[in-house]
Amino acid sequence: MTLNSKVPSGPIEDKWETHKFEMKLVAPHNKRRFTIIVVGTGLAGAAAAASLGELGYNVEVFTYHDSPRRAHSIAAQGGINAAKNYKNDGDSVRRLFYDTVKGGDYRSREANVHRLAEVSVDIIDQCVAQGVPFAREYGGLLDNRSFGGAQVSRTFYARGQTGQQLLLGAYQALARQIAAGTCRLHNKSEMLDVVVKDGRAVGIVCRDLLTGEISRHTGHAVVLATGGYSNAFYLSTNAMYCNVTAAWRAHRRGALFANPCFTQIHPTCIPASDEFQSKLTLMSESLRNDGRIWVPKDPDDTRPPDQIPEADRDYYLERRYPAFGNLVPRDVASRAAKREVDNGHGVGPLENGVYLDFSNAISRLGRSAIEEKYGNLFEMYERITDENPYSVPMRIYPAPHYTMGGLWVDYNLMTTVPGLYAAGEANFSDHGANRLGASALMQGLADGYFVLPYTIGDYLAEHLGESLVPTNDPAFDDVESDVIGRVARLVGNKRGTRSPDHYHRRLGKILWDNCGMERSREGLGKALAEIPALHDEFRRDVRILGSDDGLNSSLEKAGRIDDFFQLASLMCRDALDREESCGGHFRVEHQTEDGEALRDDENFSYVAAWEWTGEGAEPALHKEPLVFENVELAQRSYK
Amino acid sequence: MSAATRTKLLPGDPQLDKADEGRPAGRSNFLVEFWRSDVGKKWLMAVSGLMLMGFVLFHMVGNLKLYLGAEDVNHYGEFLRELLVPILPRTVALWLFRLGLVAAFAVHIAAAASLTKTNRDARKVPYKSERDYIAANFASRTMRMTGIVIALFLLFHLADLTWGRANPDFVRGDVYCNVYYSFSRPWVAIVYILANLALGIHLYHGGWSLFQSLGWNSPRFNPWRRWFAIGFALVVVVPNISFPISVLTEVIGPCP
Amino acid sequence: MDLTLRIWRQPDAESDGDFHVYAVKGISSDMSFLEMLDVLNEQLIESGEEPVEFDSDCREGICGTCGLVINGVPHGPERATATCQLHMRKFSDGETITVEPWRATAFPVQRDLVVERSPLDRIIEAGGYITAPTGAAPDANEIPVPKEAADAAMDAAACIGCGACVAACPNGAAQLFTAAKIAHLNLLPQGQAERYRRTEAMVDTMEEFFGSCTNHGECEEACPKEISIDFIAMMNRDYIRSKFKNRKRLGQKKVG
Repeated sequence: MTLNSKVPSGPIEDKWETHKFEMKLVAPHNKRRFTIIVVGTGLAGAAAAASLGELGYNVEVFTYHDSPRRAHSIAAQGGINAAKNYKNDGDSVRRLFYDTVKGGDYRSREANVHRLAEVSVDIIDQCVAQGVPFAREYGGLLDNRSFGGAQVSRTFYARGQTGQQLLLGAYQALARQIAAGTCRLHNKSEMLDVVVKDGRAVGIVCRDLLTGEISRHTGHAVVLATGGYSNAFYLSTNAMYCNVTAAWRAHRRGALFANPCFTQIHPTCIPASDEFQSKLTLMSESLRNDGRIWVPKDPDDTRPPDQIPEADRDYYLERRYPAFGNLVPRDVASRAAKREVDNGHGVGPLENGVYLDFSNAISRLGRSAIEEKYGNLFEMYERITDENPYSVPMRIYPAPHYTMGGLWVDYNLMTTVPGLYAAGEANFSDHGANRLGASALMQGLADGYFVLPYTIGDYLAEHLGESLVPTNDPAFDDVESDVIGRVARLVGNKRGTRSPDHYHRRLGKILWDNCGMERSREGLGKALAEIPALHDEFRRDVRILGSDDGLNSSLEKAGRIDDFFQLASLMCRDALDREESCGGHFRVEHQTEDGEALRDDENFSYVAAWEWTGEGAEPALHKEPLVFENVELAQRSYK
Repeated sequence: MSAATRTKLLPGDPQLDKADEGRPAGRSNFLVEFWRSDVGKKWLMAVSGLMLMGFVLFHMVGNLKLYLGAEDVNHYGEFLRELLVPILPRTVALWLFRLGLVAAFAVHIAAAASLTKTNRDARKVPYKSERDYIAANFASRTMRMTGIVIALFLLFHLADLTWGRANPDFVRGDVYCNVYYSFSRPWVAIVYILANLALGIHLYHGGWSLFQSLGWNSPRFNPWRRWFAIGFALVVVVPNISFPISVLTEVIGPCP
Repeated sequence: MDLTLRIWRQPDAESDGDFHVYAVKGISSDMSFLEMLDVLNEQLIESGEEPVEFDSDCREGICGTCGLVINGVPHGPERATATCQLHMRKFSDGETITVEPWRATAFPVQRDLVVERSPLDRIIEAGGYITAPTGAAPDANEIPVPKEAADAAMDAAACIGCGACVAACPNGAAQLFTAAKIAHLNLLPQGQAERYRRTEAMVDTMEEFFGSCTNHGECEEACPKEISIDFIAMMNRDYIRSKFKNRKRLGQKKVG
């Protein structure tokens, strides 16, 4: 298989414009003859469904939630980047493009990133028109802030709830299309497989979570906007339901999975308090703008933080990275925290955190200024930990947060299965090996509002006049019987003894220890042996009570965990294969003398796209070479 | 494969069985539309409530003349009958007021009855454990009860002091003596006092609630809304209750 | 800490349910309420009893998926906190905690503590949007929005759609949910063109499913985002205006 990224030729500034002109169009009266299936209603899914419905396509929308508004995009706090240059501080499309490629440690596709930067400005216009209540200046114009160490203020935000407000905007646009009849919503429906016929995606098979009914849905194209897979680690900042099943099932049907080892560990999360912790809570990275990170110099120091004098504190980020200090990118900050905790400097009852201290900022700016900026975050922290961050430094620790890897897509966001698209976090395309803060929202909406509506038309135009594959086609029969078989195997296992969560926790621990912030050949090898063994045990021993003909959350979980097991092996495989360190992927064998990531551009400047070759078989690696014509590759330095 | 059936509620689902039937398409007279909508009904309740509040206030002010003596009260009664004479014949203005009041009562009670049905249907399966209310107070939760008490008392009050059927010493036109003889019966005094307490409780919630229902909301005067309700309830109820007490304690002297 | 849990169990939408009593031991006070239920469920699975179904997703208080009535209060005893953000330190050792699902006719119980809330989506579909087709937007800074107005719109837009307002309301009304969305959009300049059309359509759809507001204020207390009932007053006002307004003149700006 050769991977054709279909990046248009020409100068990078013109690629998208040229491509938009060259793509075929579907006439308005023909659009209603096409049915498009959209799975997932987060930023990418809801935006795509609403925009495609608006254009006149028939759109079938699927979510496993009760309402489209609950998708995990809603939890994004910080903001959304756009190259508006409203602050007159030298921002531009080119600078956003450059920052994103550099931030991604030169492992993303230039053309995709440039397009992302181009449409970023349209996203803000679109969202404001929808009524997203972005923060304003007193003059009534939009406010911006600097975010995640960016040197320009290009981040638009709505208090600490930017993701919520953007998602509600997209959800409301979708609601309008649902009322207009162009979009049909299937809530509480979980996609369990993709139907591929003659090499093309023609539909999906779903399970109704309330009734257990398995249903078939046919479409001319299928869009997967199903999010990332951080929950493979069990403890992550992702929502409880986030899973890889849709993407993984597509992978098993022929879609290549790209860069699965590129996962992002977010530095400012609240450390786990006990072994029953169900998930970790992220606190906006903006906290690092004013908070100072430190640990006691003496690992055995048991004094409360306010009694540790300045001389006995190690502000390790400021010490090691004098230029960027506490604002180094996420991967760097996370690894530094891990190193401190691993060296015994961890703080808190479980010694699993570092301090994020606001006392300086409070004495400099006053408590009310800090309250204005971070009040809701401080409140959230206090609610969870019962500690008041105005007087006691916060404790933070990194947690899995975002996955840059995902289904491989070409410039049109189409996977290697024609007619099957992946958008938002579910694809791999724009963030390389590390995502910059406030860029996830930008990418989800860019894909949904401004890329897919064009590129899907180009594909569909070639299939004008083709009728939908009927749902009684043998292709559907086969996939449905697979799905029913899988569900029945899980429910039918009456000899099991342990809950699905039990196995998920154990899987997560293996993955976190060996394929988390630091990876080593030895650890990955160990994980690659342990994961399949634990997977076997899981299949034998997982206990699912109840039946498959009604609401059964254990059954749902078990199916998702089953897929996480398979993905986990691929993540480790990919991490083992990539003999370099870049962005979120840090191999201990590949570091500079002072412990920074050491890239190998000569041998690893490619996208690793993995092909499913069957149960138990070694996956096949395909490489998409990354060519950098507009950005000069350099060692990232934040000193 | 599916035993459980999916319960999906769509507008017009018979399961919902709301008090009002489906709305006809198109716009009709705005009063009809008000009546069809719960928000509109609440607006009508607020407007009729305001009219009734005006009535109880003036009723109380008129009654204060009991303290000035028989002549003043009876003169005031006659004044009401003579109102707007000679523009209108004698008692016509009074009757117009009375008709307005009857209409206000009718709208207020009918809307309350209809909304009660709507609200019961909105939670057909009640909570099985005990609710712990935080904001809802005694007054707001007993509006229906206090309303019924006031309505029943009103009928008695009319029979007692307007029609005279419940007052053996009734003399048409002699307001002072009618009140005096009526309140001289301790049970009437007690009923009167209890009914006025119910009225006070009703006003405590209604006098605040009407601002919400009418949409009169502004940061400038929001804090005053509750005080208005408390003040209004006290201004009406305290003097009202003083009348039977004054009769029984002979502050208000016997019928001349 | 050791606790006794009285939890509502109901096999499916059609069946009756009742409270089951479970004991959980050794709960850490740093655990969240839902993690405590996770522990219970693992115990149940390992002892062969079907786990308690409850809905929760982000566990950060923003997605609005979770929602339990705990000891008679939607989202439990801590103010301005969704169930998932409630921690066990708010309870005491040895306590008996009663857990029930949201109750409203429009929110039928699907199983145990899980309810269907799609009528809230129907309200949004009726008009909870600004018609802004993708790509048709003017520059974001074209329309200045006064900061105070943007902040007020954000206060309303903070609604997470959990339905606690309905669950808390003695009348099963969804006024706070509906009013919050109407206020978010009606307060912004971008929302003016559809202001009255939106208000009318959303209120009418709301009333197909839910009860009416009697201004108890219970919704505001239960709301994890502390959304103010002032927005309900604003909705009422805009609804009433929607019936009077000559919409042909909406394009005219007030002069002077």
